[in-house]
Amino acid sequence: MSNEIVLATQGLTRRFGGLVAVNDVDFDVKSNEIHAILGPNGAGKSTLINLLSGEIPPSEGKVLYKDRPIQGKSARQIARMGIGRSHQKTNIFPRLNCLQNCELAARIHMGGVFGSWRSRHTARQVSERAQEVLDTCQLNHRAYTTASDMSYGEQRQLQIAMVLATAPSVMLLDEPMAGMGREETVQVTELLASLTDRYTLVLIEHDMDSVFRLADRITVMVDGCVLESGPTEQIRSSEKVRDVYLGRHDEGATA
Amino acid sequence: MLHRYPKRVAYIMLVLTALVAAFPLWGEAVFGNQANFMLEKLTLMLILALFAMSLDLLVGIVGLVSLGHALFFGLGAYTLALASPDFSPASMWWMLPLVMGVSACVGLIVGVLVIRTKGIFFIMTTLAFGQMLYYFISTSPLAGGTDGVFIMFRPSLTIGETSLVNLDNPYSFFYFCLGMLLIGFLFLRWLTRSYFGQVLDGIHDNEHRMQALGYATSGYKLVAFVIAGVMAAIAGMLAAMQYGFANPAQLGWHTSGEVLMMLILGGMGTIFGPILGAFAYEILLYIYEHATTHWPILMGLTIIIAVLVLPRGIAGLIIAPPWRSKRQTEPGTASEHGKAQVALSAKPTPQRKES
Repeated sequence: MSNEIVLATQGLTRRFGGLVAVNDVDFDVKSNEIHAILGPNGAGKSTLINLLSGEIPPSEGKVLYKDRPIQGKSARQIARMGIGRSHQKTNIFPRLNCLQNCELAARIHMGGVFGSWRSRHTARQVSERAQEVLDTCQLNHRAYTTASDMSYGEQRQLQIAMVLATAPSVMLLDEPMAGMGREETVQVTELLASLTDRYTLVLIEHDMDSVFRLADRITVMVDGCVLESGPTEQIRSSEKVRDVYLGRHDEGATA
Repeated sequence: MLHRYPKRVAYIMLVLTALVAAFPLWGEAVFGNQANFMLEKLTLMLILALFAMSLDLLVGIVGLVSLGHALFFGLGAYTLALASPDFSPASMWWMLPLVMGVSACVGLIVGVLVIRTKGIFFIMTTLAFGQMLYYFISTSPLAGGTDGVFIMFRPSLTIGETSLVNLDNPYSFFYFCLGMLLIGFLFLRWLTRSYFGQVLDGIHDNEHRMQALGYATSGYKLVAFVIAGVMAAIAGMLAAMQYGFANPAQLGWHTSGEVLMMLILGGMGTIFGPILGAFAYEILLYIYEHATTHWPILMGLTIIIAVLVLPRGIAGLIIAPPWRSKRQTEPGTASEHGKAQVALSAKPTPQRKES
């Protein structure tokens, strides 16, 4: 992890009618760190990821990627700039095989969509890139399996492989371990841990063991606001965070 | 793998193609003095098959249901009719590029405006553009109003003074249309198996995900829209050559509806299915028209039954026959069955809802 900030928000706010889903959030992600976002359901974590990836525009505030404002840009533009994301729900192409899913992800960033008019060299590079990410995600034995025939856990891993295939510098992972069994969770945790030397990760995850094992820094959100942000140990020992997770925050609020 | 089908599909299509191509050999023996009429019908089926196949690129491959595809069919017909000289045949060498160029330009203009809409809005905007051209042509004296425009001479296909194919001869024209259909089929087969085709499949399955990966999906959809339009215009040009006139009916919404029914009957997203659909539709139409004056009721019932019994159309019946799926566990049939399942699994995953 270096001290260079690659992604940051300033006063980021998103309203849906009267509901403020993300409220004046200041948050930054350093290069090659795993930055986890924690919070109870409805805290605004997924909305924050959607704002960072350009899937929804902010109502107010800025998103800075390598010091350049990117708020208001489309999801496609942001993806092309090097911010890849995986979704909370499995979001793959079920009719294509595992390799084709990754090739589709790699090709837009490496060229060769109009393959027959481009060099065979590009096509080979795309294929090699796809094979490489399948190796990284330990899915190479499933390369020619149709995605819909794979197990749920493998589909989730394929989703991560697809993000990797786009060669992003920042990966936004929205609950990558959701619905996985213990063994698969351990496998994905190890995979994510192995990525930090090359990628910056923003991770939303409910599996606390994995989060505390993986994260360099953690931001805790409650009701759309940042409750606390800091190194993992600071968050682990934070009274405020403990209150939120043990319910004392709610009791206090109603009292 | 997508767009790769069990071998029996190729065998069946080859046999059917050979049967159609050999019509001049057996037509007279079977139909007697009706052979020439049947040849005309068969030629029309080939033209409609090309038209239906072009719509399949939009509806079955990309997932854009258009109710205005006849716009291009009619445009091809009118381009030929209006650009043909009155007292001599036009040359096919410039007529075909002209039809393709005009339809590509119109496809680009219409496409830019409609491609950003989705679902019912796409259906309605394509319908609106189709009807706009229909009413413009119907009321325009330049285009012959509701009577349409007659084509005095079919275009010629010559090199210098030598005629390559005499398109005035019904048999030559029949083979010319068969050739055009085969070229169209091979082109779409190549396109759907190319990387570009893979992107179209991705858009069909999950456009949202494609955008998140960085794809400008509108551009790809626009290219597909233009290609489909150009192919439909070529079919329209052939139809005008066949009938000897261009008529506003060729542009109307009912022509778009008819070709959509051919697609449903044949099986969407398979490329070869619409060819079978066009033949099946025209054969049924011929039978029903001769059976009763209330043939639209019979045709409507047939389409309803086809949708209920054969949701994947005739193509689905060939790719995965129901009696074969029961034997899927037998050795040797598994891979073929798997191929069929993938080929038929055209149902996209539900779009992700914002959480």
